[in-house]
Amino acid sequence: MLRFLLRRVSLIIPTFIGVTFLSFLLIHLVPGDPVLARTGERGIAPERLALLRHEMGLDQPLWRQFVRYEGQVASGDLGRSVVTEEPVWREFITLFPATVELSVCAIALAILVGLPLGVLAASRRGTVYDYTLMGASVTGASMPIFWWGLMMILVFSVALGWTPVSGRISDEFFVQPVTGFMLVDSLFSDDAGAFRSAVSHLILPAIVLGTVPLATVARMTRSAMLEVLNEDYIRTARAKGLSRGRVVFIHALRNALIPVVTVIGLQTGALLGGAILTETIFSWPGVGHWLIEAIQRRDYPVVQGGVLLVAVLVMLVNLGVDLLYGVLNPRIRR
Amino acid sequence: MATLDTVAAIAPAPAAPMPGSAKLFWRAFAVNRGAVLGLAIMLVIIATAALADLIAPHSPIEQFRDHFLTPPVWQHGGSMDFPLGTDDVGRDILSRLLYGARLSLLIGLVVVTLSLAAGTVLGLSAAFAGGTIDIAIMRLMDIVLVFPSLLLAIVVVAVLGPSLFNAMLAVAVVTLPNYTRLVRAAALSELAREYVTAARCAGAGPLRLMFDTVLPNCTAPLIVQASLGFSGAILDAAALGFLGLGAQPPTPEWGTMLAGALQFYQRAWWVLAFPGLSILVTVLAFNLFGDGLRDALDPKLKR
Repeated sequence: MLRFLLRRVSLIIPTFIGVTFLSFLLIHLVPGDPVLARTGERGIAPERLALLRHEMGLDQPLWRQFVRYEGQVASGDLGRSVVTEEPVWREFITLFPATVELSVCAIALAILVGLPLGVLAASRRGTVYDYTLMGASVTGASMPIFWWGLMMILVFSVALGWTPVSGRISDEFFVQPVTGFMLVDSLFSDDAGAFRSAVSHLILPAIVLGTVPLATVARMTRSAMLEVLNEDYIRTARAKGLSRGRVVFIHALRNALIPVVTVIGLQTGALLGGAILTETIFSWPGVGHWLIEAIQRRDYPVVQGGVLLVAVLVMLVNLGVDLLYGVLNPRIRR
Repeated sequence: MATLDTVAAIAPAPAAPMPGSAKLFWRAFAVNRGAVLGLAIMLVIIATAALADLIAPHSPIEQFRDHFLTPPVWQHGGSMDFPLGTDDVGRDILSRLLYGARLSLLIGLVVVTLSLAAGTVLGLSAAFAGGTIDIAIMRLMDIVLVFPSLLLAIVVVAVLGPSLFNAMLAVAVVTLPNYTRLVRAAALSELAREYVTAARCAGAGPLRLMFDTVLPNCTAPLIVQASLGFSGAILDAAALGFLGLGAQPPTPEWGTMLAGALQFYQRAWWVLAFPGLSILVTVLAFNLFGDGLRDALDPKLKR
């Protein structure tokens, strides 16, 4: 077990260096000089330009700049935003809880709805339920969520007026950020309406972001269940007189869960990609919205640092899933 | 025909006539009714794209100055001239959608061709070379996979500058690892077979072995991945267009049309609804078709 752990953990080191290299290259691939881009159209004296370039280490050979960048990243320095002058890391960490809150709610929705639907489809295989659910699932997986989100706003916010259009909470409430998670913070605030407001702001974005994972979970659960239901021990369980429900939910589901859990874990990257679109549509003040704004403003230090942090996050989650899978399934430990 | 008849007359009649492989394939494919539906929709979309010049009522970029935001024909104020209404500068939405089908198919085709070709070369090289080259290629693919694909595509476009071609390039780059991994895995399992050893003993060079001996036997999973990659490419390119990083206005690309609708979609639902619906239906058709192909071509995954 320890060897398996060490091997998996050591495998991420070259990936990490590669990831930092890509994010380092990003700045150098952007056409134009970063110093000139910063001074804009005002112009700059040649001596001053040379000095600034020297200060930023831009007159050094590329490999030395990379070593320097690695050192900065290792010490947690990701540079400062060109627009706000704030350190990239601090901006990221203030916005990150909003993205986590949205993503966790989306995944929770996907599991709570997708898992039972998948089990239902598998246990009623070949019936109308099965066909309807699988049709809905392939439709959900094909959904352009940026359009889906706008349609939801059109129906539920504009036509029916049930939910607000954007943001995390109404302006009338001030919630002291303690954990950064609006649901938690508003629950402990003095104002009872704050929590309701937070929920009503969260519900549409969570549904939109959860749609594709929900479809995936339902589909995966169905096929994993179908596989497990064919196993001998299921027949044995049925033969010894256990009820159908007990066999499906206790014996089969438990074993079908392993591949489903893995797939959910490995969806993190796709989920963060979806979060970019969802946050943009709902003006949700999270990391995705921040990155899109940074790209539009050509705030390259933010783009560089943000992309790096997101990639590292995905890497760590994938590692976690790998390790968890190794714990759950001894066969792959080797 | 005559020769076939003579052959059939000479050959000993088999107990049951063996169906041709195309027929066999169709029989396996047609079991999945969703896949047949997907194929039908695909054919309609392809026909639409090919015949856009003939069936579109207007030019996709012609602006009718006295018809801003005309609603669809069945709604009050709609007109038969613009069956699905017009957008904010008076362009006919139906015509734009019909021409947009061309772009979506082109995007899918270009992206899949690029990533399939590059992925095949990389995957075969990794499988054949082994050792350091294999590790280097696969590590590189792992690194690409760590970035959420949409985010990476956004960054690539931000570096290269927003345009339809750069968007296609970006999507091709982010989907490259899927093909590379698939080709490598398939090639590795083929390399252990005896026919490869036989070809090698017969003096086949490495290039011949790679592309002529091994590759044709790896095509089934590649075809499946390509058809699913087609829908993924359309979806990602539309997302880039929506974010203003793909095709630029006035190009009638469906995602770009949605981006243009953002300011007034609350007043004019049709400007938003139809382009998105077109994306959904197209992506759905390719996904259904791809699922059917997988069932028909990959016996391991068959029910």
